[in-house]
Amino acid sequence: MSEHEYTPKSKVGKWFNDRLPLLTLANHLTDYPTPKNLNYWWTFGGILTFCLITQIVTGLVLAMHYIAHADMAFQSVEHIMRDVNYGWLIRYIHANGASMFFLAVYIHIFRSLFYGSYKSPREVIWIIGIIIYLLMMAAAFLGYVLPWGQMSFWGATVITNLFSAIPLVGEGIVTWLWGGYSVDNPTLTRFFTLHYLIPFLILGLVVLHIWALHVPGNNNPIGIDIKKPSKDTVPFHPYIVIKDGFALLMFMIVFAFFVFYTPNILGHADNYIEANPLVTPAHIVPEWYLLPFYAILRSVPDKLLGVIAMLSAILILAALPWLDTSKIRSAVFRPLYKQFYWILVADVLILGYVGAMPAEGLYLLIARIATAYYFLHFLVVLPVLGFKERTTPVPLSITEPILGGSPNLATVKKKDSFKDQ
Amino acid sequence: MEKKTKRRDFLFTATYAVGAVGAGAVIWPMIDQMNPDASVKALASTEVDVSAVNPGKTITVLWRGKPVFIRRRTPEEIAEAKSVKLEDLKHPEKDEDRAKNPEWLVMLGVCTHLGCVPLDQKGDYNGWFCPCHGSHYDTSGRIRKGPAPTNMEIPEYKFVDANTIKIG
Repeated sequence: MSEHEYTPKSKVGKWFNDRLPLLTLANHLTDYPTPKNLNYWWTFGGILTFCLITQIVTGLVLAMHYIAHADMAFQSVEHIMRDVNYGWLIRYIHANGASMFFLAVYIHIFRSLFYGSYKSPREVIWIIGIIIYLLMMAAAFLGYVLPWGQMSFWGATVITNLFSAIPLVGEGIVTWLWGGYSVDNPTLTRFFTLHYLIPFLILGLVVLHIWALHVPGNNNPIGIDIKKPSKDTVPFHPYIVIKDGFALLMFMIVFAFFVFYTPNILGHADNYIEANPLVTPAHIVPEWYLLPFYAILRSVPDKLLGVIAMLSAILILAALPWLDTSKIRSAVFRPLYKQFYWILVADVLILGYVGAMPAEGLYLLIARIATAYYFLHFLVVLPVLGFKERTTPVPLSITEPILGGSPNLATVKKKDSFKDQ
Repeated sequence: MEKKTKRRDFLFTATYAVGAVGAGAVIWPMIDQMNPDASVKALASTEVDVSAVNPGKTITVLWRGKPVFIRRRTPEEIAEAKSVKLEDLKHPEKDEDRAKNPEWLVMLGVCTHLGCVPLDQKGDYNGWFCPCHGSHYDTSGRIRKGPAPTNMEIPEYKFVDANTIKIG
């Protein structure tokens, strides 16, 4: 990727690097030319890496004390909370860490939506990201089942029953997932195994995500292709490392606030009641980060179509690079898209809110309108906007608006033709 | 150019075919091990004493890890269930077919939408109401309103004697 050849200074380093070029990789990572105008919305990639590592480390520790058995899981979690040294801290970090992970990933995704980071040539980065997001949801759901409380049990029942909507084979698939005729011990043990596996799959995909990123390089707030390395770039280290580090510290303050001051605010009190297959809690709600999709599921009055709508809401994101027909990446130069972007943000927040409310009356009506708009945004607004929207002039480089004040005729001409694309 | 099937092509195809069968034979046990095991299947039937259940009462028993509602229905409930026209039903089933002995309704207490346990004597039809996503069932456990696609399931059961029901 980097054009220049790297040779380690020390003899030992050279000897080793000739056999395994780890030092070349490290050099590539430190020198990696990064757009100099990256704002703080770009720091969430680093923050997400931190979240993943935090979940893996705390999860490993919890697995040393947790017992994956229907008769003992609930007690073993209480044992972690009360008896294990610092068990409460580690569990609260892990439980709130999941929420922090999703908070960061939603900011990361919406950053991408605003600045058009999913567009050519970064489609593969984007699709790997969507797969990571799906795996995150799977891991979060499986992990939520493990404490074997009432919400764990009924959440597991409802989510696995989604598969029963599949015609003909649905019931068979659900029995197969359960390993029985209801959610029970065989379900718990396999959920534990898969919950343990998925973070490592995510880790592998994160490596691919970053690898794919390093081929074209970062997008940037003005969304133009830049020359690398050039006046428009800075080396990753120390510039971006320091900036990411500062943002991470700010993020950790929020994280710590939840862990130390309101560790249960994002959970449900019902999950401190042990699982009871005879009683469903009066009001079942998923964790906050799944609420928009839950609202979409409930807004469709048909079982199969509801499940299809919910899955499509996620999978439609994978088609985004082709649904958005605009050549201009950044919303900064797309006055209409910018407005629709904020409507979408509001729409998703509304879906999240009604997802937490009972599915009846006005809430149901709002959920239906918001669901319709969600699909409208991706299937109609984005494709049409690319052709209809009149974008504002895009600078030719990051430094041009500040340094390149000279009226270069060729440049001006190029800018005007860009506008009409 | 004419494409001639050579002996080598045959060998390739045969090798792939044997390889596919072999891979399938290895993968199937990996998949099937997740299906209900022998110990789960062994618990497939339950006997319940219903002598203490008075009219208008429901008991809930656990069968295959799922709740089974055994309701001794009142004459009004039976009349209500029988009076419904079949064309008003989303999943048309006669009450006679659901409760062989009309006084006793034995059914899986599992909402056919996404598997929650509906609440007794709630909802718009005096039957059951599922709190999860708002499905209303009538006094025969038939779906009347809401997202559930079918009526609550009737398990296989029989009266062993006047006071004992064997489910499964």
